[in-house]
Amino acid sequence: MSALLEVTGLVKRFGGLLATDHLSLSLQHGEIHAVIGPNGAGKTTFINQLGGEILSDEGRIVFDGHDITREPPFRRAQVGLGRSYQITSVFNDFSVLQNTALAVQAHAGHSFRFWRPAASERALVDPAMAALAQVGLTERAHTPVSVLAHGERRQLEIAMVLATGAKLLLLDEPMAGMSPIESEAVVALLKKLKGQCTILLVEHDMDAVFALADRITVLVYGRPVATGTPEEIRNQPEVREAYLGEEGVV
Amino acid sequence: MAEPASRITTPRIFATVLLLALGAVPLIAQALGEPFWVTLFTRVLIFALAATGLNLVLGFGAMVSFGHAMYIGIGAYAVGILSFHGVDSGWWQLLAALGVGATVALAVGAICLRTSGMAFIMITLAFAQMLFFLAVSLRDYGGDDGMALKGRSLFGGLDLNNSTVLYYLAYAVLLAVLFAFGRLVNARFGMVLRGCRSNERRMASLGFPTLRYKLSAYVVSALVCVLAGMLMANLTRFVSPSYMAWTVSGELIVMTVLGGLGTLIGPVAGAAALLLVEEGLASLKLGVPWLDTLINQHWLALIGVFIVFVVLVLKQGLYGWLVAREARR
Repeated sequence: MSALLEVTGLVKRFGGLLATDHLSLSLQHGEIHAVIGPNGAGKTTFINQLGGEILSDEGRIVFDGHDITREPPFRRAQVGLGRSYQITSVFNDFSVLQNTALAVQAHAGHSFRFWRPAASERALVDPAMAALAQVGLTERAHTPVSVLAHGERRQLEIAMVLATGAKLLLLDEPMAGMSPIESEAVVALLKKLKGQCTILLVEHDMDAVFALADRITVLVYGRPVATGTPEEIRNQPEVREAYLGEEGVV
Repeated sequence: MAEPASRITTPRIFATVLLLALGAVPLIAQALGEPFWVTLFTRVLIFALAATGLNLVLGFGAMVSFGHAMYIGIGAYAVGILSFHGVDSGWWQLLAALGVGATVALAVGAICLRTSGMAFIMITLAFAQMLFFLAVSLRDYGGDDGMALKGRSLFGGLDLNNSTVLYYLAYAVLLAVLFAFGRLVNARFGMVLRGCRSNERRMASLGFPTLRYKLSAYVVSALVCVLAGMLMANLTRFVSPSYMAWTVSGELIVMTVLGGLGTLIGPVAGAAALLLVEEGLASLKLGVPWLDTLINQHWLALIGVFIVFVVLVLKQGLYGWLVAREARR
């Protein structure tokens, strides 16, 4: 299997702070790769570097044969990198369906179309409804986003990434703030997606991570201290010390 | 906005009544023997058109341009300068106005849109001031004092010297722009623009090259103001740098906010409300001499009170309040 994403020697400094410290990582087609680590380990910085919202000081990011190290976020999205945000980032003026259809629209040709209502374009609405069905939001399609419950907004966040048809999903704590039942639904959904697309998952919910991930990378102070299968990670003493032990207290 | 076209709602009724009433103004003015009304309401239509143009970037795109008066100026000066040189054909004037307007808007927009927020406001203002002083320096064309037009634009059989014809031309242009914008804001292009208003960062991460869409909206919005400027020059038979004074840009923003940002009819309602209240207060005759004098002299202060009232109490503006109330149902 060839790597879909190849990150080598990635560095990001914020003043004197080394937020990402020569991070190298490679993602295989179809795998779910989880990145875990204590708070402040630089997980979100790493996701932002991959997504392009933070430019890297050093290192290289090659995605699906494209060197995207210097590319702006929209180009990365266009070559198939989709991301969700830790803090729900949806369009509050729009309905659930409009949000999702906009995600489809981003990958359905140019948007210099001035006449036909987007809501009547089957090419936008049908894939959007399909993405909503996948996350279980079909009934809420016409609800304004502003009245959604927190868990539903998180689901919409995932539906939008799916609707872009991305090859790689960067999911930044998709289960943050969800009830156990809602988390279970997301775990089930991500299991279904396994094989369909490649997922880089940043998550605090250890049960979810160990249930889903093919491989796990542990990040401490911006540096990967261990990478391996869930079983290998579970048995590494330094990982337990750096992270799992601490998590147990919390 | 996304609701089915067939539903009858309060905002729709209001919009229809407002537009029909505007359409009937020359007839009413004639019946009442008040020809001045036609001129006054032509001004209303022209400002409604300019504010509608501004609303595309301000209301739907959240780009606070404080320099849109410069495009009114470009439209007016295109008519003025060509007419000075003996080119009376409205079509040539239109071509020149739109050509220059589009070029300036592309260049200015491409620079300004690299910034956002307060910087965008200031830089658009700076460009408008540059153009203002350029117009002041045009001594051949009246400089600071402006110049009178030799004649109005000639559009085939349209006699713009007839104030009713000019009125209905402005009315037709306004209706056409409103109809086109009504389509545009719900089409793909409008969805991108409104998405940028709500969360531009997310738009980029979905894969939209947002700059080119925002720039296009800026150019379209500028061109609508150019049309308003051409009509203005024809209404007053006069062009002067005062058309692109920064206060005019400010008035356009006030009209848009007053009527309802990001609503189709809001700027029309806002322009009508502001200009008519102005006119009404400045010439108010209650029959109490001291009160009349007070109001007639200090009407600007009262306008301030009116605007504060609308913004504080209705929040989304006159028409925007109706739309928001409907949405809550």
